[in-house]
Amino acid sequence: MRVFLDHASTTPLRPEAKSALTDALELTGNPSSVHSSGQQTRALVEDARDQVAQAAGCNRSEVVFTSGGTEANNQAIKGLFWASGKKLIISSPLEHHAVIDPIQWLEQNQAAEVYWLKVDRDGQVDLADLQSVLNARASEVALIALMWINNETGVVTDIPAVTSIANEFNVPVHSDAVAAFGNVDINFASSGLSTMAISGHKVGAPIGVGALIVGRDQKPSSLVHGGSQERSLRSGTLSYPMIASFGAASAAASADLDARRTKLLDLRDELEASVLAKLPNAMVTVANSTRSFHNAHFIFPGAQSDNLLFLLDQAGISASAGSACTAGVLAPSHVLLAMGIEPELADCSIRVSLGHSTTKSDIDAFVYVIETAYPVAVLEAANQKAI
Amino acid sequence: MKVLAAMSGGVDSAVAAARAVEQGHEVVGVHLALSRMPGTLRTGSRGCCTIEDSMDAQRAANKLGIPFYVWDFSERFKLDVVDDFVAEYQAGRTPNPCMRCNERIKFAALLEKGLALGFDAVCTGHYASIETDLDGNLELHRSLAMAKDQSYVLGVLTQEQLRHSMFPLGATASKDLVRKEATERGLSVANKPDSYDICFIPEGDTRDWLKEFVNSEPGQIIDTDGEVVGEHDGLVGFTIGQRKGLNLGRPAKDGRPRYVLEIRPKTKEVVVGPEAALEIAELAGDRFSWCGKAPDNVSEFFDCEVQVRAHGDAVAAQAAVVDGELVIRLVAPLYGVAPGQTAVLYLGTRVLGQTTIDRTVSAAASIV
Repeated sequence: MRVFLDHASTTPLRPEAKSALTDALELTGNPSSVHSSGQQTRALVEDARDQVAQAAGCNRSEVVFTSGGTEANNQAIKGLFWASGKKLIISSPLEHHAVIDPIQWLEQNQAAEVYWLKVDRDGQVDLADLQSVLNARASEVALIALMWINNETGVVTDIPAVTSIANEFNVPVHSDAVAAFGNVDINFASSGLSTMAISGHKVGAPIGVGALIVGRDQKPSSLVHGGSQERSLRSGTLSYPMIASFGAASAAASADLDARRTKLLDLRDELEASVLAKLPNAMVTVANSTRSFHNAHFIFPGAQSDNLLFLLDQAGISASAGSACTAGVLAPSHVLLAMGIEPELADCSIRVSLGHSTTKSDIDAFVYVIETAYPVAVLEAANQKAI
Repeated sequence: MKVLAAMSGGVDSAVAAARAVEQGHEVVGVHLALSRMPGTLRTGSRGCCTIEDSMDAQRAANKLGIPFYVWDFSERFKLDVVDDFVAEYQAGRTPNPCMRCNERIKFAALLEKGLALGFDAVCTGHYASIETDLDGNLELHRSLAMAKDQSYVLGVLTQEQLRHSMFPLGATASKDLVRKEATERGLSVANKPDSYDICFIPEGDTRDWLKEFVNSEPGQIIDTDGEVVGEHDGLVGFTIGQRKGLNLGRPAKDGRPRYVLEIRPKTKEVVVGPEAALEIAELAGDRFSWCGKAPDNVSEFFDCEVQVRAHGDAVAAQAAVVDGELVIRLVAPLYGVAPGQTAVLYLGTRVLGQTTIDRTVSAAASIV
């Protein structure tokens, strides 16, 4: 049995999501068709819309189903930028590539100007910096994009504080809430956000479905044109089995959030304490920040992430580090580098992420393996330097 | 054994890994990322280093049911192979980067990493065989497939490295058989074209690629008497034994064609002379190693054969270590051997050792 401690990358399919998916696969009908067959599958989509809306704390009409988080982020950022007629985008270097890359694409191809907010060693965005750039240039700002929970470090952004600053200037705020959805109490309605990206497979639905929550008053330009589905923002035949499954997973994640938080917070704390007790050189990367309960991010000085991951994997444990570049090679995390962590240390990080299926034996297995793997990886790194 | 199979994405390494699995070893596939900025798709005759190649390797590993990882050796590769290649050319020598890669990357950095992480051996798709003598010493031999034999580029391996190496293709009679086996095993790389260019030179044009790195200033072409017979616009691309493209204004005194005999980076001179002056009688270098057990008395000249190119023939020679230098006397002269090349010594099919050639002695006894 493998020990899966990479829930932030994707989490196992929830039973509710699986049965919603397989039940839906039995049906035939394009949800946009007017006949009864279509109405039957449309009903599944609309049930799911209710479930997602409830989990996200938004109005059902604000849910725009997409293929996943990346598409939702692209839709929000490009759509808000195009609709605004303005050029300045404010974001942070801690964002996921699904946010950074569309912004940089707009910068390179659409004359956007980007202001990257200052961040600190604890993975926090400097809100005073946000305040001052808005004081100076609010009228030029097309949008602000700041993630709710960081996918690597688990650090929580104070979204209400961000929106209270931004709303003063009437600037729309988009949040990539892919890592937050299902892991924190989200209420889009009271968040002050204009748009918010969420993804199905992080809450126990299959990979390939997500949503952009678009406030009723927002009119971003569309990315995908066609049959005018989803408020004409996201054309394309609705994948009712995937959407139904997403709805079921969202409802389940919302229902067990409190219990899961209590359980995983204990396990996470125990994990960190055990690792630090056994390996005094190890560090918890962002111990000083408000972090999500599902994430433990370590630095193991002197041991390269790829060696640690290899040894963990060989011992049956799936964990992760940074993000793999296109060649499949681990690159030092842009997030850690932006936080000002030295490249030598950033290269030695491991993210352990917990989820609905995590048990104490998973944590025990990780602690057991890392205790032997760490010295081996340190030795290997020393060898390579010596050659 | 726990075996690390180096998988380039080509057919040879895929079949080699498959055989290691079949032999009952616990095999893990590894693709070496040698470039930090790999191309997306393969172009021309290069056979590795693109993302497509990495995916091919992964696909083969999936097919074999073995774990697969990409290990980043790009920094080491740049330092030990690419920079060395440029430096050697800058010094007027003709290097063999594949040899350097085997010496410093595959059977050093990779092997060391494998050993440190709990593996016993590295398995590659090289065509060569490891045999054991009566005393238990390991020997490297030519492969059964003579046309594909790669023992030359493995000549740098020491006894210790041989102990941790596996070449499952050594006893296969031809590459066609390897391709056939790949097809039978359902490996998608069965018909992937062979690679034969230097992997880090994208367009396959070494001279053009070098221009970016090697200082290329004009200089003079002189004859063996020191008389200026022409000019050149840069040393890059001149090779020992070259006849064409010298653009010498006037014919030689004897009316015969002239050849590049020597490249002198310090004075930016190219020395030309008659074909006879290319005849090399002796090779020597102090960067030598023994592949497996060293011959018994290396200070006395012993009979052997020497091969100076990856795809050249081995010729009769005598060799000995003299004053810290491996000196190789050729029974019949060789033409156009350049410093920087590697001389690999053989005894029949067995690889005895190798040296990087530092200097050559012409048959006419003038030191070139």
